[in-house]
Amino acid sequence: MQTHDKQSSLETLREIHTIMDRSARFISLSGWSGVWAGAAALAGAAVAYGWITEGAGYTATNYQPYVWLALGVLAVALVGGYFFTARKAKADGRPMWNNATRQLVLQMAIPLAAGGLFSLVFLAKNDVEYVAPACLVFYGLALINGSKYTLSDIKYLGVLQVFLGATNLLMPGWGLYFWATGFGGLHILYGIFMWNKYDNRRTEE
Amino acid sequence: MNPIEHLNKIFDSRIRIGIMSALIVNEHLNFNDLKSLIDVTDGNLATHLKTLEENKYIKVQKGFIGRKTNTLYSITEKGSKAFRAHLAALEKIIKGLN
Repeated sequence: MQTHDKQSSLETLREIHTIMDRSARFISLSGWSGVWAGAAALAGAAVAYGWITEGAGYTATNYQPYVWLALGVLAVALVGGYFFTARKAKADGRPMWNNATRQLVLQMAIPLAAGGLFSLVFLAKNDVEYVAPACLVFYGLALINGSKYTLSDIKYLGVLQVFLGATNLLMPGWGLYFWATGFGGLHILYGIFMWNKYDNRRTEE
Repeated sequence: MNPIEHLNKIFDSRIRIGIMSALIVNEHLNFNDLKSLIDVTDGNLATHLKTLEENKYIKVQKGFIGRKTNTLYSITEKGSKAFRAHLAALEKIIKGLN
């Protein structure tokens, strides 16, 4: 007659825990999204490096192609990142767009918008060497801020990006290398790490 | 004292437990958010939300996104207290029977 024995209490608690987690965090972020974004960033950096070594360099007057290149990389990274993550959400049978995703997007958008504004002002004032550090630092802060609403591991990626950006401030002129390391190298390493930790294990189960 | 007596009758239902679990960790959620979290039909979810609202465990706010209605649900102080007590009772049962 006891409906609440130990076993059913355990099951109920487990279910409560699952729903709390699933509702408060967006956990379908795919490792492949990171690898894809990193590869796009490296390809973009290689093109930029090609332009620079051809003797064009970037100066106050001809930085526009580099800005378009960076925006192109961002678009490719976002489209691919969305594709892999939507695919994983579908495979998990979870909605892509829920309260946690809304929070994640909002919490990341604020530091990113601030970073975008800083970068534009630096460009307008011809302080081109500060653009890469600003991108890295604000992107890192966005990751740290968003980590409350998704796999919390991304806050370590955020800390590393902030660290890279801050170091870049002390080494102006090395922006492209820092940018490629942060947005390219770190994303790929992180994507592989995340894939191993979450996606891979899931397939084995 | 038998911890089973501390279990709240209102939380006997899996769906009501699901609603409370989701609302205790989110400021507010809409109907579709809840529906996708808990495997449940529209009518069933609405009934259980009604029960929780009548017991003043949750608050309902009607809003709009454009022309579509967007009803937001959030947990009340009373609901949060009752749910925590229920969780504590469940934990006690698990420990007590060890």
